[in-house]
Formats: sequence, C-alpha cells, structure tokens
Amino acid sequence: MTDFGATGSHPHELRRGRSLFDLDDRTRRRNRSEGAFRWLGIGAIALSMVFIVILLGTIVARGLPAFTQTTITIEVPLDAAVLDPNGTGDPEVIRSVLTFGYAPLIERGLAGTVAATGVETELTSSQLPQLLSPGVAATLRDMVAADPSLVGQTVQVEALASGRADGYLKGRVTRESLARDTNLSPAHLDVLDALVEQDLARRAFNWDFILGADASESRPEEAGIGVAMIGSFYMMLTVLLLALPIGVAASIYLEEFAPQNRLTDLIEVNISNLAAVPSIVFGILGLAAFIQFAHLPQSAPLVGGLVLTLMTLPTIIISTRAALKAVPPSIRDAALGVGASKMQSVFHHVLPLAMPGILTGLIIGLAQALGETAPLLLIGMVGFIASNPPDGFIDGFVSPNSAMPAQIYEWAKRADPAYYERAWGGIIVLLLFLLVMNVLAVLLRRRFERRW
Amino acid sequence: MPIFWLILAVLAIAVAGFLGARHRALSLAGADRRSLHSLPNYYGWSAAIAAMLPAFAMLALWVVLQPIFLNMRAAPLLEMDAGGAAALAMADVRRVANGLALGLSSGVLTPDQVASITPEEVRSTLGAIGVALGSEVSPQTLAAAEVYRAGQSAGTAAMSVVVLALAVAGAAWIWLRTRPETRARNGVERVMRYALLSAALIAILTTLGIVLSLIFNTVKFFGLYPADEFLFGLTWSPSFGGGSTLGFVPLLWGTLYISFVALIVAVPIGLLAAIYLSEYATSRVRSIAKPALEILAGIPTIVYGLFALVTVGPFLLDIFGAGGVLGVSWMRGATAVMTAGLVMGIMLIPFVSSLSDDIINAVPQAMRDGSYGLGATQSETIRQVILPAALPGIVGAILLAASRAIGETMIVVLGAGAAAQLSMNPFDAMTTVTAKIVSQLTGDADFSSPEALVAFALGMTLFVITLALNVFALWIVRRYREQYE
Repeated sequence: MTDFGATGSHPHELRRGRSLFDLDDRTRRRNRSEGAFRWLGIGAIALSMVFIVILLGTIVARGLPAFTQTTITIEVPLDAAVLDPNGTGDPEVIRSVLTFGYAPLIERGLAGTVAATGVETELTSSQLPQLLSPGVAATLRDMVAADPSLVGQTVQVEALASGRADGYLKGRVTRESLARDTNLSPAHLDVLDALVEQDLARRAFNWDFILGADASESRPEEAGIGVAMIGSFYMMLTVLLLALPIGVAASIYLEEFAPQNRLTDLIEVNISNLAAVPSIVFGILGLAAFIQFAHLPQSAPLVGGLVLTLMTLPTIIISTRAALKAVPPSIRDAALGVGASKMQSVFHHVLPLAMPGILTGLIIGLAQALGETAPLLLIGMVGFIASNPPDGFIDGFVSPNSAMPAQIYEWAKRADPAYYERAWGGIIVLLLFLLVMNVLAVLLRRRFERRW
Repeated sequence: MPIFWLILAVLAIAVAGFLGARHRALSLAGADRRSLHSLPNYYGWSAAIAAMLPAFAMLALWVVLQPIFLNMRAAPLLEMDAGGAAALAMADVRRVANGLALGLSSGVLTPDQVASITPEEVRSTLGAIGVALGSEVSPQTLAAAEVYRAGQSAGTAAMSVVVLALAVAGAAWIWLRTRPETRARNGVERVMRYALLSAALIAILTTLGIVLSLIFNTVKFFGLYPADEFLFGLTWSPSFGGGSTLGFVPLLWGTLYISFVALIVAVPIGLLAAIYLSEYATSRVRSIAKPALEILAGIPTIVYGLFALVTVGPFLLDIFGAGGVLGVSWMRGATAVMTAGLVMGIMLIPFVSSLSDDIINAVPQAMRDGSYGLGATQSETIRQVILPAALPGIVGAILLAASRAIGETMIVVLGAGAAAQLSMNPFDAMTTVTAKIVSQLTGDADFSSPEALVAFALGMTLFVITLALNVFALWIVRRYREQYE
C-alpha cells in the first residue's frame, strides 16, 4: 500500500473522468469479435443439425411410401376353355398352362371390373392391364396350381398395381410426368381414380416388402428386402462366431500376456493400421484370398462374413482392450494372491468383469459391419436377383444371397423412381436394425458399467 | 458331408478323452484329491487337446493339399500347356469328377457304370442328377476326371482313417500318461497361451494377405501393361475387348479433387463445432449435440451415396445446371465432384469434430488459465493459445480425415459419375480410384485380363496412399500427445 500514492502514471490516469463500465473502442472491438467467434461455433453446430434433419427427413419422407402398396381387387373368371381346353380336369394338365395363358383372363377380369365402375375410357381392354403388375399372372397361376378345382369359377384377386400406378397414388407419378411415358397414360389414371373411389384400388401395409424377395428390373412393385435380410443375418452370424472369440483372444494376449518385444510391437502396429485401411481394400483381399485362391463360392454370405470379420476385428480388439484395461489391477493381484494361475485370474475374474464392455464394443463392431457395402460389391453380392430364401441352415451360409446394404445399392443402380423408393425403404429397415443395436449397446453400458 | 462327420467324430473322441483322463486322474488320486497336481478338469482338457490339435491340423493340411496333389496327377492327362485355358479345363475336370462322385453316392450310378461311361454320355447323365456342364466332355477330360475322382475317394478315405487314428492316439497317449503328479494345468495353459498368440497373429496375417494379394496381382498386371503408362498416363478408357488405355492420373485427380471438396466442407464445420462444444457449450448442449453428431457417424455410407445421387445431385443441378436458379450452366448432370464432395464432407464432420475434440481437451487447463489471467478473452485464448498448441494434433486429424475421404467408396460410386477426366470444373462428373476398383471388378471380365487386374494396381496405390497418410497422421498425433503428458 505504500507505493499507492507514488503512482503518478497509474494506468487509471489514462481513463480519468470515465467510468470503468464505459467501454473503450478497443474493448468493444474485442468483445464483438468474441461474440462473432461464438456465433461461428453455434453456426457450425446448427449447420450440422440441419444436415442431420435434412438427411433423416429425406430418408423418412422418401422411404415410408415403400411400406405401403396399392392393390386392385379384380374378379378373374378362370375360364375352363383356356386353362383346361379338353375338359380333362387333370391337375397336371392345368398346372402345365404357362403364365402366358393367364394374361387374357386377367385382361377380361380387369375390363369387367372397370366396366362395373361405370367409368368411360378410351382405353382398349388390352391396354388396361398396364395398371397391374406383370407378376399378377404368376400369382394367379400359383393359386390355380395349388387348387385346380378353382378352374371354371370366378375368383376375386387382390392384384398388385404396377409400379407407376402405385406411384400415382403415392404422389410420385403425376399426369405431367406421364406425358413421355409409354407404359402408362393419363387415361389409365382416370380409371385408377374411379377404382379408388369404389374402394377397389387401395393402399395397404406392404408386408411383402419387409419379408419378400427381390424382383426383376421391370417389377419394382414385387421387390422386397426379406431375402437380403436373411443374407445379412448369416453374415452377422459368421462375424459374431469368428470375431468374438478371435477378438477377445487377441485382446487378452496383448493386454495380459504379451511380453515387450518386437513381435508385440508389430502386432500392435498392424492392428492400428488395419483399423484405418479403406473397406474396399478388404473387399480386394476377400476376392483374391477367399474366392480366387481358396475357391470359396462367390456371393456366399460365408465369404461376406469372413471379409467383414477381418474388417471389424481391429475395432473389436481396440474396444476389448479398453474394457480389459478398465479392470483394476487389484482384481488380478487378489486372484494371484489366493493361488490362481495367471490364466485363471484372467479367465475367471478379469474377463467376466470386462464382459459388458466387450459386448458393447462387439455390438458396435457388428453395427459397422451390417452397414458396410463396398467390400460386398467385390465378392459378388450384387448384380443378380436374390429371389430364393436358402433351403436350410447350412445352405444359408453358402448359397448365393445378397445383403441389405448390397440390395439397397442394387436398387439404387436400377435408376427407376419406383426402385429409389424401395432403396429408401430398405434404408429405413437397415437404420432400424442399426438403431436397435446401438440402443442395445448404450443400455448394456449403462446397466453394467462399473466405476472402480 | 464326410468332413462334417469327421469333425464330429474327432469332437466325440475328445469328449471321451476328457472324461477318461479326468476319471483316471481322480481314481489314481484315490480318496485324497489334494494329491493331484492340478484340478481334475485340467487332466481332462489335456487329453481333449491332444485328441483335437493334431487331428484338426492334419485335417486342415489334408484338405488344402489333396486338391493340389490331385491337380498334379490329373493335369498331364489333359495334354495341354499350363495357362488360363488349362485352368478352365481343370475346373471342368473337377466338375465332372464331383458329378460322378455325386452320382455314385446318391446311388444313381453304379461303380461299373462309372467305369464304362463314354464321353458322349457324361453330359446327359450328369445333367439328370443336377450337375450342369457347360460343354461336351472330351475323352481327355473324362480320363482326367476319372483319375481325379478315384484319387479323391481314396484320399478322403485315407484322410478319415489318419485323422481318426491321430485323435485316438493323442487321447490315449495322454490317458496313459495321466498320473496324480502330472503337471496338467501347465500344459493346458501353455497351449492356451499359444492359442491366444495365434489369435493376435491374425492381424499380421490379414496385413500380409492384403499386401500379398495386391502385390501378386499388381505384378501380373504390370506384366501385361507397362507400369509407366499406368502411372503417368493421362487417359483412362478401358474396353473389355482389349486395347484399353489405363492411365492412373485422371483417377488420382478425381480422388484428390473430391477429397479436397469434402475437407473444405468438413474441416471448418467440424473444427468449429469441436471448439464450441469443448470450450463454450454448457453440459446440457453438449449432451444433446454430441450424440446427434454421432448419428451422422453411424449412418452407413450407402445411405450417403443414395442421398448424393437422388437428393443432393438434382438439387445442385437445379442451382448450377442449365436453366437453373443462377442462370449458369456449369453443371451437366446430377453426378459431379461437388455432389460427392459435399456429401462426403457431411459424412466427415463428426469424424473431424470428435478427433479435434479429443485434441483440444488434451491441451492443459493451465494454458487457458494463464491466458485468461493476462486478460485475454475466451476467443483470443482459443485462437492464440489453444489452437496453436493443438495445431499438430489437428493437422493429424485432418490427415486422418483425408485418408478416410480417399478411401471412401459408396458415395463416389453413386454420386461422382463414371467419366474419368482431367478438369478443373467442380461441377463436372469425375471418377475416383475406389469407384474404378468397383467397376473393374464387378463386371464379367476374367481375372487374367489387364482390365480386371488393373483394379489390383489401383488397390495397391490406394493402400499405399492411405497407409502413408495414416502412419504420418498417427505419428503426429502421438508426438503431440506426448508433449502434454
């Protein structure tokens, strides 16, 4: 306090006559830039949130229509003169009629149904079936083959509407967009409107999309993601069966047993590098090692699972090691102290305590593998129609199949708005699976996480 | 499925060995179990391991070596020079041989019929049991197939005998040697330790597999196509009929350009978001914003790809395309560098922000406190103290993000286009290394043509570039961490 009076040139002298709360220009400038910087940060966060909202909004808005499907109820006369011209009544003869033979029946049935609505149309009865999926004939044929006694009767069929007719009811196809379309004309839409009014054409929840198989390029209305889901299931099973034991064993070795030597260093460097190798390179490895060299079957979920296992192993090893590291040394010391061997202390005490953390990491690794597409393209899980579910459990691993992300890619490549809709719908299914897995991982962590 | 049954049989022997050895140890120990060196189960385990280990090793070896050996036996009968045609013919031989074996095992064919079958009959006979053959079978193929089939059935029988004998011998040997004082636990634990080590070695094996499969096929490619024309060629126009020009430069340019656009989007947003979250945000904002950002990270890349193709591409086209909002016609199609780069940037935001977040948090609090103590505002502290201190780490994070961008596949396959060109216009369609790997390997080309093999050379360059970036980035990050520890 002694030097207080001697401060003739005290800084306060400069601001003599002004309040401390009266900011000078420099301070104001500094505060302004402080605020601006802060707003930059808020802007970055807000922009990211906007991206998330747009992305999720797009997915939901474009994908939800895939879960409904328009059907048109028609009365088809199963004319015996067409299906069984000789009147044999023999089921074999009736089954031998090709789907081609059912087309005129459907034509007649649809024309009758449309006539019953009383709508005037300039369309001929041979143009009307463009409202329906080309797959209706096959459905009808299967129906008759299953029950030949139907021949001669008139049956009511819930026929799938064609992709464009379906799109009209979903707002995807408009009269303007049909101007340069040869498959459907605005006149068809008038008929469709009339059918909707009579409740003969309606949209219902589309279980076939979730449970069904892929269809050929011209029939988007029949395509479903169910078979690809089975393929993904077998791949995930392969990853689970291989990555869990191998990943845990490798982590235990590195965390608990590995001596400090060159080999250990080499392994560690390899794991951290593999974690950053682009996924497509794993696809090349799978192609060269499993298909070219080991002659495993192409497009098999087993091969896909092997590739994804190698790809997710580093992730799983890194998270498992973290879980093992989180178990305090006192647990190991106590086990060793009562006479357990090193191996016993690890397997009887450390591993069970680390299990929740390990499982969390495993689920996150599986989620990563479930959404991965690029390596699957190289081992041939695209480019064909995954139409049949596998015959048995073992067959599911080796028979050609697709996987959910590969199926989405396949649909995206077909460049048809109706297939884009299916692709977005497939993405919703895929994201639901990922959501469930991630929630499971979070719950597991919450439920079992232990602070030492 | 004889191998499946063989595995089951070995497992059964192992279970028997386990029970036998455990029982023997217990009964030799008599009333006082404390005279056993190890817990009883360890005696059982050592017998089970002795049964399984050599048997399964032999089984694996046999399954790998038998086809190679049979190929050597059957190939001379084809009277062809080694090469692609001979490999195809050998595939035919195997198909015929497997078909004949299937006919025998399903009872459709008798051994006499197989012995006397003529080349003309083979295709129809096998077709009847569901084995489709692409072409008629030549006498040489049939002869080779017959040798192959005979060798296969004899080999499989011998394999079963040898494997089962090994399993029984292993279990019996341990069973006979089991005494109360045998150090069973030590043996079992030694085997377990090696099992753990071999699981860890899979990481090295994977890297080795990647490197070998890339090098092997790349060398093959450079044998068919000059290396300097690949590395420095300015045109990329593959034609599967042959006579392709496979210049790498346009692909590299497309890759780097798209990655650059992606980083321009991701780095400022990600970095600013990380700064805000770690320095300014209240814990409530953080607890919402951080998981939300992680949603972006958890979405599979195929979703971003479709988003680029169907949503972002047409949107950009409406703005920059002919007749667009701006009245410029820079963009000709929905797929472009900008489309892919923008979407990839969005994908990379959480990657950049979470890495930067870690790095900013690692800057010691004392440095902030010192700066505040001197009267600096929060933003001045961040810009003049924290960011310079965190710079090496942030550079490392950006490099890691760049390596991600270079290796990203699905977004560019769907969003960037297929035309390989050298152009400065970010609204032109361009293609990348990864996109071309996919397109060259998903066609129907055979794996011996340069058009397919070039994908391996592309993979090699991709692997080398990303590996170098990663090693460098990790080195920077690690050095930076050590600085403050």
